[in-house]
Amino acid sequence: MRFMVITKATAASEAGRPPATEEFEVVGAFIQEMVDAGVLLAADGLHPSTQGARIYFDGTTKTVVDGPFTETKELIAGFFLVEMKSLDECVEWFKRFPVLRPGDGERSNIEIRRVVQAEDFAEEMTAEQREAVERRDAGARFD
Amino acid sequence: MTTETHRAIETVWRIEAPRLVAGLARLVRDLGTAEELAQDALVAALEQWPAEGVPDNPGAWLMTTAKRRAIDQIRRAETYRRKVAEVGRELEESAPDIGTLVAEDDGIGDDLLRLVFVACHPVLSTEARTALTLRLLGGLTTDEIARAFLVPEPTVAQRIVRAKKTLAKARVPFEVPQGDELAARLGSVLEVVYLIFNEGYSATAGDDWMRPALCADALRLGRVLAGLAPREPEVHGLVALMEIQASRAAARTGPGGVPILLADQNRARWDQLLIRRGLAALERAEARAAGRPGPYLLQAAIAAVHARARHFADTDWERIAALYEKLAEAGPSPVVELNRAVALCMAYGPAAGLELLDQLMDVPELRNYHLLPTVRGDFLSRLGRTDEARVEFERAAALTRNERERTLLLDRAARARTPLPTPLPRPVDPPGHRHRAGTPLPPDNGPRKRREGPSSREKG
Repeated sequence: MRFMVITKATAASEAGRPPATEEFEVVGAFIQEMVDAGVLLAADGLHPSTQGARIYFDGTTKTVVDGPFTETKELIAGFFLVEMKSLDECVEWFKRFPVLRPGDGERSNIEIRRVVQAEDFAEEMTAEQREAVERRDAGARFD
Repeated sequence: MTTETHRAIETVWRIEAPRLVAGLARLVRDLGTAEELAQDALVAALEQWPAEGVPDNPGAWLMTTAKRRAIDQIRRAETYRRKVAEVGRELEESAPDIGTLVAEDDGIGDDLLRLVFVACHPVLSTEARTALTLRLLGGLTTDEIARAFLVPEPTVAQRIVRAKKTLAKARVPFEVPQGDELAARLGSVLEVVYLIFNEGYSATAGDDWMRPALCADALRLGRVLAGLAPREPEVHGLVALMEIQASRAAARTGPGGVPILLADQNRARWDQLLIRRGLAALERAEARAAGRPGPYLLQAAIAAVHARARHFADTDWERIAALYEKLAEAGPSPVVELNRAVALCMAYGPAAGLELLDQLMDVPELRNYHLLPTVRGDFLSRLGRTDEARVEFERAAALTRNERERTLLLDRAARARTPLPTPLPRPVDPPGHRHRAGTPLPPDNGPRKRREGPSSREKG
């Protein structure tokens, strides 16, 4: 099963301060360990929310609001896509995530979410629902 | 003890077990003993961690604990031997120096690679290699392996015990083969990994979820292997092949598990992440192949042509036909030729395909192979040679053992006048086709159900 593991923003990451050399190294080593074990599919970090935007949907009105966003701790700072046998395995792996930030008593968390894949639908979906998905997918652009 | 701690320990154990067993096997030179020592470390963890908490570096804790026990065991054995033989001097010279052995902690990757080669050693049957690899490197329990391969648990357990005995008896050294031997031994490893993948890929709806999970196990093993032997082009080739085939998992079956042929698959459901990973692995393979592509690389390249085509109609059949030609050169096989004939038909028209097909008519391996007349019937019907087409479809219907397929073929025989577009059925390895270089026909070049293998053949 596939998981998205979300790391959260900190004051430092939102301020755009690049990680210290040491942090690059330990996180790099952790990533390498997951590559060696064949579990990591992708991993990326995100720029501070100053370089992002939000689109608010309210009925038919769409409002674009540029970053930064205020609720730092709830913001996404990066993500991993991993293939694990179970949530337990994913949890054990990411307990090893070397958090150097936030420090200064700031509390942070890593969020693990399971990625929905086709087989998750197989059982619950009715034939009509599946057909609807097929039709939607068929109409979708390839990439 | 709380169930959470228990679960955490079990999970840590599964993550660490392969490295643990690999490191210990180097120390004690025996797989069975290495596994026992690793198990002892697990027992120690179950006793201590609930009270003291899970250590910061659980892997290192387990390894230290197990190695301490290993050394105790070696010392006891040495003392015993010394007493019996009363020739301590000789022993001092031949016994490995415990200090150096324990200090060599950096070579975990090498240890894992050695373990892979031992688990896939050719003295073992394919079934034994598969079971041992999943158990020692995939971290699966015997029960999980049994469920995945649809055999009773005791059979798997026995297979593993016997395999370890065979390895000990044959005095298989715990080392990575060198020189000329490497290629052959690596082939044996890759075969096992791809076999595990195929077993998972051929799982059908209603199967125990352990079966499709084999695809993920094989992919993980393949990726690990690519890290351990990064200079080997075929390792990357196999990873590329598996990543690209796995990318179609969501699109290849319809409601009720009905297979959907490649031509009809909704390509929007192909997993772009896996395709990208597959194409990257293929690039790595090609960069290392030095212009001499092996069968896995070529099959991956064929899969990549499909992966790059946004619509079935965009498929570069000329390239596929050329790749099949190279595949035939790398490992001649009538099944590959049959596939090449289909690619030629798609690229240059049915006459071109038929020309190659006609050369295959007398190949003994294909004599009773229903797909040969099926494909020939299809080509003939496209050429408007309807009477001949009808005869071929009837011949194919008589050869197939699958009732539904027979009905379809007889139907086509009856309607031979109406040329049908693709899809063609997926071929299956004919009996005796050992080399798995044959990729199925273009309609879906995913792996096919094996006729022989752990699930269907028992040696008791």
